[in-house]
Amino acid sequence: MRGIEIRDHERELHNFQLRVGFASFVVLLAFALLAARFFYLQVVQHATYASKAEDNRIAIVPIAPNRGLILDRNGVVLARNFSAYTLEIFPAKVKDPERTIGELSELVGIQAKDRARFRKLLAETRNAESLPIRTRLSDEEVARFAANRFRFPGVEIKARLFRQYPHGELASHLIGYIGRINTRDQEKLAKLGVEANYRGTDFIGKSGLEASYQQELHGSTGFEQVEIDAAGRGIRTLARTPAQAGNNVTLTVDIKLQQIAETAFGARRGALVAIEPSSGGVLAFVSKPGFDPNLFVDGIDPQSWAELNSSPDRPLNNRAIAGLYPPGSTFKPFMAMAALETGKRHFKSAINDPGYFEFGGRRFRDSKAGGHGYVDLHKSIVVSSDTFYYQLANDMGIDAIAGFIGRFGFGSKSGIDLEGEAVGVLPSPEWKQRRFASPEQKKWYAGETISIGIGQGYNAYTPMQLALAMATLAANGDMYRPRLVSHIDNLRTGERRHIEPVLQQRLALKPENVEFVKRAMADVNKEGTGARSFGSAQYTSGGKTGTAQVIGIKQGEKYDENKINERHRDHSLFIVFAPLQAPRIALMVIVENGGFGARAAAPIARTVLDYYLLGKVPGVLPGPLPADEDDKEGD
Amino acid sequence: MDATLLSPRRIFQRALARLGQGLDGPLLAITALLVVIGLAALYSASNETTGRINAQLVNLAVALGAMWVMAQIPPQTLMRLAVPAYVLCLALLVAVALFGDIVNGARRWLHVGVTRIQPSEAMKLALPLMLAWYFQRNESMLRLRDFAIAAVLLALPVLLIARQPDLGTAVLVGAVGFYVIFFAGIGWKILAGLGILGLASLAPLWGMLHDYQRRRVLTLLDPAQDPLGAGYHTIQSTIAVGSGGITGKGWLAGTQTHLEFVPERHTDFIFAVYSEEFGLIGNLVLLGVYLALIARGLLIAANAPTFFARLLAAAITLMFFTYAFVNMGMVSGILPVVGVPLPFISYGGTALVTLFMGIGILLSVHRHRKLVQT
Repeated sequence: MRGIEIRDHERELHNFQLRVGFASFVVLLAFALLAARFFYLQVVQHATYASKAEDNRIAIVPIAPNRGLILDRNGVVLARNFSAYTLEIFPAKVKDPERTIGELSELVGIQAKDRARFRKLLAETRNAESLPIRTRLSDEEVARFAANRFRFPGVEIKARLFRQYPHGELASHLIGYIGRINTRDQEKLAKLGVEANYRGTDFIGKSGLEASYQQELHGSTGFEQVEIDAAGRGIRTLARTPAQAGNNVTLTVDIKLQQIAETAFGARRGALVAIEPSSGGVLAFVSKPGFDPNLFVDGIDPQSWAELNSSPDRPLNNRAIAGLYPPGSTFKPFMAMAALETGKRHFKSAINDPGYFEFGGRRFRDSKAGGHGYVDLHKSIVVSSDTFYYQLANDMGIDAIAGFIGRFGFGSKSGIDLEGEAVGVLPSPEWKQRRFASPEQKKWYAGETISIGIGQGYNAYTPMQLALAMATLAANGDMYRPRLVSHIDNLRTGERRHIEPVLQQRLALKPENVEFVKRAMADVNKEGTGARSFGSAQYTSGGKTGTAQVIGIKQGEKYDENKINERHRDHSLFIVFAPLQAPRIALMVIVENGGFGARAAAPIARTVLDYYLLGKVPGVLPGPLPADEDDKEGD
Repeated sequence: MDATLLSPRRIFQRALARLGQGLDGPLLAITALLVVIGLAALYSASNETTGRINAQLVNLAVALGAMWVMAQIPPQTLMRLAVPAYVLCLALLVAVALFGDIVNGARRWLHVGVTRIQPSEAMKLALPLMLAWYFQRNESMLRLRDFAIAAVLLALPVLLIARQPDLGTAVLVGAVGFYVIFFAGIGWKILAGLGILGLASLAPLWGMLHDYQRRRVLTLLDPAQDPLGAGYHTIQSTIAVGSGGITGKGWLAGTQTHLEFVPERHTDFIFAVYSEEFGLIGNLVLLGVYLALIARGLLIAANAPTFFARLLAAAITLMFFTYAFVNMGMVSGILPVVGVPLPFISYGGTALVTLFMGIGILLSVHRHRKLVQT
């Protein structure tokens, strides 16, 4: 036995050594192959490669494509490009950038904010070829640097295209802005597998349409073969594959309408969304305050950035799609629809409104002290009776409310072609389960259902969701996906791609029910809470005012606008569609801390509709209406 | 005791002597030579700045620590670690496939608490450990069945890594596993049969490749086809090598490198930098150093006392060879571009740690060569 084992062992060792020998042979063979290859490249072909490397230092320089334009529905340019000289530093070739910048500042004006921006860019961007220290040089500055160029290896003047937003703050949240490609953008591009096409590109859409239509606007990169000298500077161009400009994007938005809407806001904060109900095309998209997108184009300087970020008005917040507000009484038409469709109420259903609804020993107060008396479903909308909807919500129960209301798009993304849309909160027991941690908080209390009925409580929706719900009701239940782009033009081929309306869903609403609610909304504008703004209009319309509480008011306490901090004042809301037959526009306005809906929001809506339907340009800005006793009747 | 014996200098000297005790001098010297060549090339590739050099020195310190630890572990202990290491790495590879981070289009990294790990890298050592353990266990009677099982143990991680996709690492892991099977004594006829089978399976394999991988292979056949995209790497690195000539352009004088024509010149394409500046002579010297490394490794393997240690040492040594051959072949344009660094020379910490742990295993096998087999 032992003998065999030892023999086995010896045989095995022998076998192993044999294989080591074979492996050594393979290794030698492989290295000989490499050596032969090196000999071929470095001796036989040396002259060829040496001339390729030495005589023809051909650099392949990417040519960034011109970014596509953004135009409004009438062809007004909202975002364009202009060419300017920039002074750029190649970080890899400059050993002490701070000293170089110091020396440069003797030739061209370099301010503290230019330095700060350069430092920020240097820290943020990886593998960047060159970074701008100064943009938009004057001709004199260009000439002065050119004369001293020899002193600054690694610093060059480049002609670059810059994005410009000629309308400044106007529609800034809609158009968005571009900025330098940072590490995160690079990762995103890598994930999309399009890095090669971004080789010459420094900028990318960061927000708004500039971000969501980035791929359309970018175009395709061209290449230039350039002969360069020993220092790497270009001498002459040998061959060129031109870049192909990005596509032009034409919006459904009318910038004139947008301007009138934004002007109507004045210095007030808020949002406005106007939609064409028959197509989902967005006509105006306002989020106030805005910001100047031109600040971002060359890389925003840290000071402006800090100002924008720390302002209590939060100008960078896109309120139209990311701001969440309780809808207040603008919720009531949808509650009325829910009541009719589920059979909880019929046209003649009526209550006697004493000015409060009592539930579990707690009084839910109406905004009109003493109540509206006899209130049927029609009147409940026209005078905006809270008591009616407290009772309705209690009768329907939270599951039925959430189930029906959700179909109008409340609590889900509208699907608009912008990034950063908020979902909102469609309150339901399931939502509470998900949202809260402690079992105490997870539970849904029947009392919580009651204020849901008047658009308060946990309700929180974006202006876009409310506008979409209004448009859907106006279109008798046809919900088109809201969209901002009408068509996209490829300049090279002349091809035009129309973005077709997308019917997201068709709510099966009974026509007589829709008619009933629309008629009530028409009466809101004729004789109800909207009459002061719309009573004199030369077209038919249906509206609903709303007031959303910012702070809770204790029982027995009275809300007094004058005593409350401006930021804690109620938000003013208004939804409207017009004309009554075949509506051409559905609109939602919110004025933050504007007080009663009829007072701040409705006049803005009237101005916008007057322009859109009649072409009327307002002479005087629609300021808030003076407060009067009517306000207290309903919101 | 005499106080002078405890002077700091003496203590340091003693500690150094103890640290290096029993470690193979020639192997360490060859490795050190490669590291020095690497730092010189890296300095040139970084345009004479020291940022990357400093980072690489930190990487080296970590890698040397890992090497020293491995060198202290006797092969018997390594055997006991083989199965857990393999199972853990395989589990992590599955975790990467399920929850890994995608970087540059490939899913290679796994978040573990504060840091990210790349399990495919550890597999380069875990797989040969596992296979060598398996063959040692069945040493007396190796049958066809054992080789089949070994093939499955090899295929699992290789497929998982290829799927990430990480062709370079898959090639290396596949190669090191194959070397163990080869040295364990798989029949020549089977080997020839497998070779034919491999050639036949090229067509379906082609179907499994990602677009960018296919482009790389096609580009190898005709780099001029896509001079701006996939062919750019090969064209520029070939020009760098070819223009180096017999003696090279001299250290820090490579124009291809300094004008930044050579892409990834710090990492996978650092050989282009070296080759441009040191020419054919430099290349042959480098080939010689690698040959010396391989020869020393195979010698250590041949003198190892156990089947396990022999298989492990020989496979790891040939893995170094594979690294060097694939990398230099790719830079000089005879192999497709796959992500394989030049061993001990390319910039990057992860690869360096794996390589030095491999050296550590060789040192350990060498140190315990005199152990009597029981």
